[in-house]
Amino acid sequence: MVANAVQIRLSVNGESHDLEVEPRTLLVYALRDDIGLTGTNIGCDSSSCGACTVLVDGRSVKSCTMLAVQAEGAEITTIEGLAATSDGDGLHPMQQAFHEYHGLQCGYCTPGMILASVSLIDEYPDLDESGVREGLEGNLCRCTGYNNIVKAVLQVAGKEA
Amino acid sequence: MAVTDDTTRAGGIGARMLRKEDGKLVTGEAEFVDDIHAPGELWMGMVRSTVAHARIAAIDTSGAASMPGVQSVLTGAQLADMELWVAPLPCAWPVTDDMVNPPHWPVATDMVHHVGELVAVVLAESRFAAADAIEHVIVEYESQPPVATVEQAMADVDHAHLEHSTNKAYTWAIDPDPDGTQAAIAAAAHVVSARFVQQRLIPVAIEPRGVLAVPSPMGGDITLYSTTQVPHVLRVMVAATTGLPEQKLRVIAPAVGGGFGAKLNVNPDEILAVALSHRLGRAVRWTETRSEAAGSTHQGRGQIQHVELASDADGKLTAIRVKIDADMGAYMTLLTPGVPLLGSFLYHGVYDTPKFSFTCEGWFTNRTPTDAYRGAGRPEASYAIERAMDMLAYEVGIGTDEIRRRNYINGGEPFEMWENPAGLSFDSGHYGPTLDRALELADVAGLRAEQQRRRETGAIRQLGIGLCTYVEICGLAPSRALGGLNYGAGGWEHATVRILPTGKVEVVSGSTPHGQGHETSWSQIIATKMGISPDDVTVLHSDTALSPLGLDTYGSRSLSVGGVAIAMAADKVIEKARKIAAHQFEAAPEDVEFVDGSFSVAGTPSKSVHIQELGFAAFTAHDLPDGMEPNLQEQVSFDPPNFAFPFGTHVAVVEIDEDTGGVELIGYYAVDDCGNQVNPLIVEGQIHGGVVQGAAQALYEVAVYDDDANIINPSLMNYLVPSAAEMPSIVTDSTCTPSTTNPLGVKGVGEAGTIGSAAAVINAVVDALRPHGVTDIEMPASPMRVRRTIEQADGGAS
Repeated sequence: MVANAVQIRLSVNGESHDLEVEPRTLLVYALRDDIGLTGTNIGCDSSSCGACTVLVDGRSVKSCTMLAVQAEGAEITTIEGLAATSDGDGLHPMQQAFHEYHGLQCGYCTPGMILASVSLIDEYPDLDESGVREGLEGNLCRCTGYNNIVKAVLQVAGKEA
Repeated sequence: MAVTDDTTRAGGIGARMLRKEDGKLVTGEAEFVDDIHAPGELWMGMVRSTVAHARIAAIDTSGAASMPGVQSVLTGAQLADMELWVAPLPCAWPVTDDMVNPPHWPVATDMVHHVGELVAVVLAESRFAAADAIEHVIVEYESQPPVATVEQAMADVDHAHLEHSTNKAYTWAIDPDPDGTQAAIAAAAHVVSARFVQQRLIPVAIEPRGVLAVPSPMGGDITLYSTTQVPHVLRVMVAATTGLPEQKLRVIAPAVGGGFGAKLNVNPDEILAVALSHRLGRAVRWTETRSEAAGSTHQGRGQIQHVELASDADGKLTAIRVKIDADMGAYMTLLTPGVPLLGSFLYHGVYDTPKFSFTCEGWFTNRTPTDAYRGAGRPEASYAIERAMDMLAYEVGIGTDEIRRRNYINGGEPFEMWENPAGLSFDSGHYGPTLDRALELADVAGLRAEQQRRRETGAIRQLGIGLCTYVEICGLAPSRALGGLNYGAGGWEHATVRILPTGKVEVVSGSTPHGQGHETSWSQIIATKMGISPDDVTVLHSDTALSPLGLDTYGSRSLSVGGVAIAMAADKVIEKARKIAAHQFEAAPEDVEFVDGSFSVAGTPSKSVHIQELGFAAFTAHDLPDGMEPNLQEQVSFDPPNFAFPFGTHVAVVEIDEDTGGVELIGYYAVDDCGNQVNPLIVEGQIHGGVVQGAAQALYEVAVYDDDANIINPSLMNYLVPSAAEMPSIVTDSTCTPSTTNPLGVKGVGEAGTIGSAAAVINAVVDALRPHGVTDIEMPASPMRVRRTIEQADGGAS
């Protein structure tokens, strides 16, 4: 039962999905409820926490700030598809660094934090610590105090903390 | 216990082992409650009171009920008629026999007592249909005067609950010698008299709360998935509240996105989901929105503290007298009244204080209930004594490090089993080295020189250095001690350890993780105990069907109670395995040695069997000693003989822009002692997160209520959870003073950072402002508050 449904086609992690959504449906709900990619989490209702961050054409976007219909034609990468974007058959280097530096505890903010970090160092490859901290300002974590997240991101950026 | 380098390298106790939990969390594979769905599920939409105190005059549900996708709309009165529950929501800690405890029903029927209290529930086919329908339920309220602050509650003019003629809920005291305390204060050379405000905080686990109750209509069973820290406690309480048979309830806490105390309650939504799913034969669910949480999830802190700290001419403490006025909020939830008591025993901090007097009065207000939030009572206590110690240092005219040194228990030297004036026995302590190391780590001497330079040159950005030496009480708890405090449960923890037929090991944990890394740490304990690889260990937890016994995770209790239970259960498995090995060797068990996972007869090392091989022998049971039961599985319920008392010294360094009042935390140094560490990587992570939560209280966070007791900053737009950009790198180090009251020598670390950091940060802020004559500032030290404080101290307009 979808009121005023519209048909859209989303490309997520290299797969095409034909969906019927209400025009008001946020991208995050299309990903979670309609496609079933629940790795993208929701932590707030004001686009403040960044838990729902995904990559849209390679750039980080809070998927609660975008309508699903606006994402048509874009290539979306969620945490489930991140590892496949890197060389090798294991984790993406950012996922591996979060693990090795203990950059996560409960793990709820982690998918968004990882994707925001991937986008950040892609856009600004020459970041120092304060740059990483400023660059992740839109992603909240309540467990880690950010200490080890920052170290992980710096390591991937080639700046061993 | 001896820990060899070999076992440490292999991932045993003491190793910085990377976490087993991470793989599914960094890939999105982990399932949180909102990720789990059941066929035919109905979404609850929560209609919440928009006024703080009112009689419900009428509720019109007709518009909402006729909306597409809406199955029904049920008011509190209708739900009461359905007889879905047999008791109000539980308060497990009636701290005094005469405590006032107004009945707290899942949904209000005639009166509402705080903004956010439930007045009706929508049941709908989707989360959006439910959300839409909420907006169309029309509630008429007849407002009553709200009690919006603790001060209003104490004035007792208006009442938060009209049926009670006072807002006071209870008075609780530890006052062994009131006349002696009074005499000591009267005779003191110096008395610091201070009033501190512990503002209300919104816990903000990044995962909002949520529930999913799945019935099996023919079988009569119900499975409740909840974002809970306490699945075992919840199961008991849901059964007691709904009247449904406990053995038919299964509670699962899947991946849980942080708790910090906010997920240890028994909530209306949990009761509603279970009761409605049972009645309707359909799965029922709900997921909290962030802004909703300000009224649907309990808050933390909320105390006004009055402290009198007395010393002789040299600053040696002679007495402390504390009076707390604690904001209960509108109702007594699970642990509401007891939270201040958890700090009560610690108001003398790490200092030898001959006379001690503590009184707490609990007060009802028309605000969201308060309950446990990271540290629960202990950050408040630590803040009060550590702020007062700085004030005393100014009075006496000595350094803030020196005032502490002069007063540390046992002169800062190591001790065991020190009897504190509140009646507890500190298991062990050695405070001096944490201060020495913290001062060195932070280079406080260098910072003081830089501070002096900036003061002399009139720099805009002034420097402040703040110290805090805290002690906390964790490892909740000896059951008898809890009984003595009227707590409604024990404090034991349960563990089962079994060796499977193929030699792999399963551990069943009664304590329940939500980010703390139990799967990793428990594997390390088994690895050291059994001499096996931690990769051969799997930890089962957080599901009452897999782990039927447990008391869950709060109060930094998991390791010092639950982890010890696991070690003890492993010991029992090893002893049984030793008997099987002895039987195979045709030797006496006492002649069989156990080294690095293998049993052998002393003096005959060629003949040996590995403990993992014995799993199969115990499983086939073809050739066990006479009378021995098959299988290698043992369980332990460990009731700790005492609490554990971790401690440490923190140094906070702030820069204050005196023109804007902006405070920047530019350095943080934490030297903590939590006894033996199972995994230093995890210990450091706990410290980092805890420090930031306490610093957030000091600098940013406050739940702001208006005069009508409406919360005005419920969203993350205006409730200021700090980001990475506001925080510095945190430098950690540790000392190790093992606990004397458990065989692992462990204490606890989940709350330590928070307990140390708020005081350290505010001490630093006040230190920076000392040239203005400032002696105190209220939390959070926002730019506006800092500017006003400077102006007032300088004698300018406020």
